[in-house]
Amino acid sequence: MSETPLIARLDQIGSTDSDTVGGKCAGLGELIRAGIPVPPGFAVTTEAFRMHLLENDLSPRGLDSAAIRRGIEEAPVPAALVAAIIDAYAALQELTGGTPAVAVRSSAVGEDGRAASFAGQQETYLWVSGAQEVVAHVRRCWASLYTSQAVSYREHLGTDDVPAIGVGVQLMVDARVAGVMFTLDPVTGDRSQIAVNSAWGLGLAVANGEVTPDEFLVDKVIMEITRRRVTDKPFEYVAAGTGGVAREEVTDDRRSSSSLTDPELLALSGVGKRVEAHMGSAQDIEWAIDRRLPFPESLFVLQSRPETVWANKRAAAPAVPTASPVGSLTSMMRDMLRQPGATPRSDAPERPSSN
Amino acid sequence: MTAHPVSRAFPNPYDVQPPEGCADYAEMYPYYLRFNEALRTGDEDRFWFFNGMHFPEPVFPFDIITADSPYMALGQINTRIFAVPPALGIEHRVLNGYVYISSNSVLDPEEIGRRAQLFLPRAGYYYRNWDELYARWIVKVEAAIHELSALEVPQLPEFEDESVVTDGVGFGSTYQLMVAYNRLLESIDLVWQYHFEFLNLGYAAYLTFTQVCRQHFPDITDQSMARMVGGVEVTTFRPDEELKKAAREAVRLGIGSRVEGGGTLEDLEGRVGSDDAGRNWMAQLRSVMDPWFYFSYGNGFYHHHRSWIDDPRLPVATIGSYVHRLTAGEDIARPVDEVRKERDRIAADYRGLLPDDDARQGFDEALGLARTVFPYVESHNFYVEHWYHTIFWNKVREFGALLSRFGFFDDADDVFYLQRNEVLDALTDLRIAWSAGSEPVGGRYWKPIVAHRKDLIERLKQWTPPPALGPAPDSVQEPMTIMLWGVTTEHVQSWLDGAGESTTRLKGFAGSPGIAEGRARIVLNLEDLDRLEDGEILVAPVTNPSWTPIFGRIAAAVSDIGGVMSHAAIVAREYGLPAVVGTGFATTVIKTGQRIRVDGGEGVVTILE
Repeated sequence: MSETPLIARLDQIGSTDSDTVGGKCAGLGELIRAGIPVPPGFAVTTEAFRMHLLENDLSPRGLDSAAIRRGIEEAPVPAALVAAIIDAYAALQELTGGTPAVAVRSSAVGEDGRAASFAGQQETYLWVSGAQEVVAHVRRCWASLYTSQAVSYREHLGTDDVPAIGVGVQLMVDARVAGVMFTLDPVTGDRSQIAVNSAWGLGLAVANGEVTPDEFLVDKVIMEITRRRVTDKPFEYVAAGTGGVAREEVTDDRRSSSSLTDPELLALSGVGKRVEAHMGSAQDIEWAIDRRLPFPESLFVLQSRPETVWANKRAAAPAVPTASPVGSLTSMMRDMLRQPGATPRSDAPERPSSN
Repeated sequence: MTAHPVSRAFPNPYDVQPPEGCADYAEMYPYYLRFNEALRTGDEDRFWFFNGMHFPEPVFPFDIITADSPYMALGQINTRIFAVPPALGIEHRVLNGYVYISSNSVLDPEEIGRRAQLFLPRAGYYYRNWDELYARWIVKVEAAIHELSALEVPQLPEFEDESVVTDGVGFGSTYQLMVAYNRLLESIDLVWQYHFEFLNLGYAAYLTFTQVCRQHFPDITDQSMARMVGGVEVTTFRPDEELKKAAREAVRLGIGSRVEGGGTLEDLEGRVGSDDAGRNWMAQLRSVMDPWFYFSYGNGFYHHHRSWIDDPRLPVATIGSYVHRLTAGEDIARPVDEVRKERDRIAADYRGLLPDDDARQGFDEALGLARTVFPYVESHNFYVEHWYHTIFWNKVREFGALLSRFGFFDDADDVFYLQRNEVLDALTDLRIAWSAGSEPVGGRYWKPIVAHRKDLIERLKQWTPPPALGPAPDSVQEPMTIMLWGVTTEHVQSWLDGAGESTTRLKGFAGSPGIAEGRARIVLNLEDLDRLEDGEILVAPVTNPSWTPIFGRIAAAVSDIGGVMSHAAIVAREYGLPAVVGTGFATTVIKTGQRIRVDGGEGVVTILE
């Protein structure tokens, strides 16, 4: 794998590249491959981290996590990598003009991904502007592999290998509205539904639990909104001029109104359906709608993970109320239908008409 | 607010007072339909709801037969013939002229089990042989229709025909009149028994399908499930199809401009009858009027719900508007292929989400059966409520005309102010007087009663029936109540809350998908229907199948009453129009001319101004 480049554009990678760019970047590349709108960006490969360690003669072993982190963060990033990041950032600049803000995220590989996840330290830095800043934050992502918890976890596993890590760099979405969606109903496990949570501004308010999001349920077969609950959303996070984020009060006219229009909700659900179809399992998707772009080009998927709660739970069917008149009748009817020759021959419903 | 739940209730029927001047209204109805003291113990504890879907107005004394025969037939099928395990029949009562109903359920598991032993083989036999039995049903019903149609009402001539003597008949018109009237009453009883021969089994099959769906997809909407069984050819659409066919033919013959212009059948004939093409076209139209114009403007449950055949102005105008649209290059066909393609796609997509072969097999079986039964569930309505009832009411009018001729009434339609047993009395009076060569007493006896009852009916019309009576149930379980009448636990709660007053948002059932905005047109009667303009949104207490042609002109439909399997919902889905049904109060809350938004996917109507 010595041929692995230092940088790879997200639209040039896919799920098979997770060893070289980490799981998160590989997933984003796979989404782009499936035609899902994902903010443009690039991956700093695992090879880049190895080069950083090698050229700086770093040997991140032992239990002194703080010392390891300091070592990684203080060592100069190899010139070849700096040049590559500057080039790749310039390509993003061409798309947006100015000095675009990007998100810089850890993208860990394999077992280490689990370790990092265990430690809760898959670092993400938002609103990073300028190539040199990107370089600096890439280095901080690397260092985040060595929190004390992650180090002890690896020690506990008895592994002494240097973990592999990629870093993703993507244009920031300046979210007018953001949230998550599950491609099933997380309450009932109903696979025919898409559950969408949304709130004004950046996704932080919902992630931090500061705002109760609007909740929608969309039937993915008929693409109709089957349930909606619009909440009071007093705060939102917006991009601040300084490159950070600011918490602001939501104006009265917006706080109790729906953060998604029906067309937005349906477009979002359509995207959710496509992600699920491409990934082959129910997904847990982070999304945002950019305030600077016209809809529908403004809609982006930030991340998609397999849904885990219901995934292993075998369609544990909710109990049919057999104690009710309806329940007892229909359960009998179903037993009756089970008997051979119980029903007349009829059009096989699974056969869609050919024209 | 009290800390403990207090069970809420609708008015006790025994406390409800008759409107002013109506103290003796109950005499218009048989004793067994009144909330009388003898029944108080049971009736007071029951939940009753107003059946405004079938009986939106006070029921006329004669017309109550269209409650008695149906409820008897419905109950007999459930209780006695198929032994449907959890469901017996539906009780009905009349309060201030309005029909209230209450269902009887079996709750004891042992009894349910005992009934199941009978039900499963019996219902299984019908499901297995559905198509064949249904074909036989059509033959039976058509025979009953033709028999009633051919029934002669003896006219009581001054002298009997000589053949009575030369054929050695031995009896005269008094006997024949008795036979004819009995035949009339037997006939409607029979046809209503046929009506329910398949219907409850059809609903049971559909309900099973909905339960199978809900087991796997707890959030699935009623509408999604209904759409999976739609897209079939049902007889109810045939009358409208015939009008379209006539319009296409008129355009083809180049007589379209003469066909436009509405009016009566004679007006139309006057415009097109000037040449062979027009005369042939007219003859063709007349040939399809039997039976396709035996289509009631109402739901067929009242004698004054006349049919196209009685007053063809609507179909004549509709043919004209179809011609107009065809000439303008519009496609007037119902989107049958789209509806069907969408139906198959929806079913395939849900099926694709099922976890395993076992689940898919269960789904296929339940869907297959639901699709088998569905055509009956919708088509029976044309045969019974429209075709048969049109002939039935007109046959009763013949008896009315006879009584009128002998001075009993001023008008043949006055007969409907007599209960059916009172008509029997009147006919007996007439038969005795006619045979004795004297004057019947009936004229002096019945005329004041009819006049009083006319006044009563008018007064009762002004009364607003509460949506329900008696203690509110914790939950509504009875399948027909939910599917057909759209009475759910949620609705009962909203009635208790008095929802609907001064609101701009009405929640109903998502009857047919899509969103439309437009001006509302409240349609309470046929005259309102005439005023309806293209692109308006129809808002009606219930919609009737014979209104089908106007579904080609409206932007959306809203009803007060009805569930997802009501006619309004079924027709709207087949015409690809948004519909919200069972809103409860749309016709009282919305005013004609207001801009409203109908969201048929969510079941919400919003008043925009």
